[in-house]
Amino acid sequence: MSVLVYTELSKGKIKKSSLEAVNYGSRLAAQLNTTATAVINGDADVADLGKAGAKKVLRLKNDKLKTNDPLYLTAAVEQAAAAEGADIIIFVHDFTGKAVASRLAARLKAGMVAGVVDNPTISGGSFAVKKNVFSGKATAVYNINSAKKVISILASSFPIELKDNTAEVADFAVNLDNVNSPIKVKEVKQDTSELSLGDADIVVSAGRGLKGPENWGMIEELAKTLGAATACSRPVADMHWRPHHEHVGQTGVAIRPNLYFAIGISGAIQHLAGVNGSKTIVAINSDKEAPFFKSADYGIVGDAFEVVPKLIQALKTFKAQQ
Amino acid sequence: MKILVCISNVPDTTTKIAFTNNDTTFNTAGVQFVINPYDEWYALVRALELKEAQGGNVTILHIGGADSEPTIRKGLAIGADDAVRIDADPTDAFAVAEQVAAYAKDKGFDLVMVGKETINYNGAMVGGMLAELLNLPFVSMATKLDVAGGVATIEHDIDGGTEVVECPLPLVLSANKGMSEARIPNMRGIMAARTKPLTVVPAAASDKLTNVVSYKLAAGRTDCKFIDASTPEKLIELLHTEAKAL
Repeated sequence: MSVLVYTELSKGKIKKSSLEAVNYGSRLAAQLNTTATAVINGDADVADLGKAGAKKVLRLKNDKLKTNDPLYLTAAVEQAAAAEGADIIIFVHDFTGKAVASRLAARLKAGMVAGVVDNPTISGGSFAVKKNVFSGKATAVYNINSAKKVISILASSFPIELKDNTAEVADFAVNLDNVNSPIKVKEVKQDTSELSLGDADIVVSAGRGLKGPENWGMIEELAKTLGAATACSRPVADMHWRPHHEHVGQTGVAIRPNLYFAIGISGAIQHLAGVNGSKTIVAINSDKEAPFFKSADYGIVGDAFEVVPKLIQALKTFKAQQ
Repeated sequence: MKILVCISNVPDTTTKIAFTNNDTTFNTAGVQFVINPYDEWYALVRALELKEAQGGNVTILHIGGADSEPTIRKGLAIGADDAVRIDADPTDAFAVAEQVAAYAKDKGFDLVMVGKETINYNGAMVGGMLAELLNLPFVSMATKLDVAGGVATIEHDIDGGTEVVECPLPLVLSANKGMSEARIPNMRGIMAARTKPLTVVPAAASDKLTNVVSYKLAAGRTDCKFIDASTPEKLIELLHTEAKAL
């Protein structure tokens, strides 16, 4: 029995979250006295998968896999798991994970827990994992009771560890002769922003307190100075001050960066549900009663139009000294 | 077009979460339950818009006990034609998918819709599992849906962007923001909902592959440290030395 980890590329490079998943799988494999095998779809330098702890890397091979169609990916991972004798399969709880992991779990009749945030606790016959529930207001420990298990981890939950290990790399021919997806891709629109919101270490977010879309220049400058992605609150997206993909919160995107700046955002519970996984939160608001201050680590009570330019200046000085 | 929309019964977003029985059970005392917002605004409302434009029937399906009937009635008040409640415990995603599949497999639904995830367990698993059990294609995180000539055109979120796909019906999809706007039931809808059919179906055989052992409230943040607006360099220093975030 081994542990199989599904990994993938973003713009030709192995995703950070995939390395987290390989780390997770290899720690789990060690607990079970076995090894972790990573599967990857696409051609890239896979040395980091070995460094992250994979003993073996299988490159999935079949022309149909070029489309990332979940039906093909599900069959590919299923076949790799069978070949490796893997009873536990690890994914990341991202777009691919949501489409492929659940389908595979049902096919294998494997108990699945999605969005796992901690290493499993294995004792006797029980296998327990922890995940966030109630949109981050609580955690729950789940037992997975079936022999086969599918776990998808929540990205940015684990520090990435790379060691001086090398994985054995092999091609894995996937047989998709009898798998034909009815889904036809008509158009792909890639997000053109340099830094995607989900991958960003630092996020600068602003709300209605900015008064209008014309005032976002300083937010963008602050983000640029920090190497951060920009985000916004729901009203701002609804009023079309900013594009919808920047909307973070319960009905938008949920993010968990290392550092989150909330500028002129009051801190409605729906917004907090999408950002409360952030490691450190800074709130800047002119209203000292703004609810965000109850959920922030650092706060500045003041007018964003005065505070933000000063903050940019101070940051530039700080960066120059580093 | 026959559309099935799966709805969950969840605590309202603003609910204060608490647990009982030694932290093994969610405390429902005083909790306001609602239709899971993603099931309601995104899936159900878009299903109703399609029905209104093209004709057909929208059935809502819920897995749970009789205590969730007010939530089901709200779905009927918004405009669903009929409702089904499967009298089963909705705690494991696979068991839920099995219940839905057992009901839906011979009903000839053209579209089966779920919200992108529930706001209580945040799993996003049932749609994919259901598609597998029904042997149907699954399109996740749909932001736009149109149907013409038996083919669905769907825009959906993928890693690093969006994708437009076409898929002949039937299919399963999970609905994300963008599908439609929230709709508030009017008095006529509320009155009509009282007499719309709500069928209770006994639980089918299912396999509970996971179970919650315990819950814990998330650790709140310690008190916010305030920095004077005139000295933002103090903030940077704290972010650097204390939070180690810069």
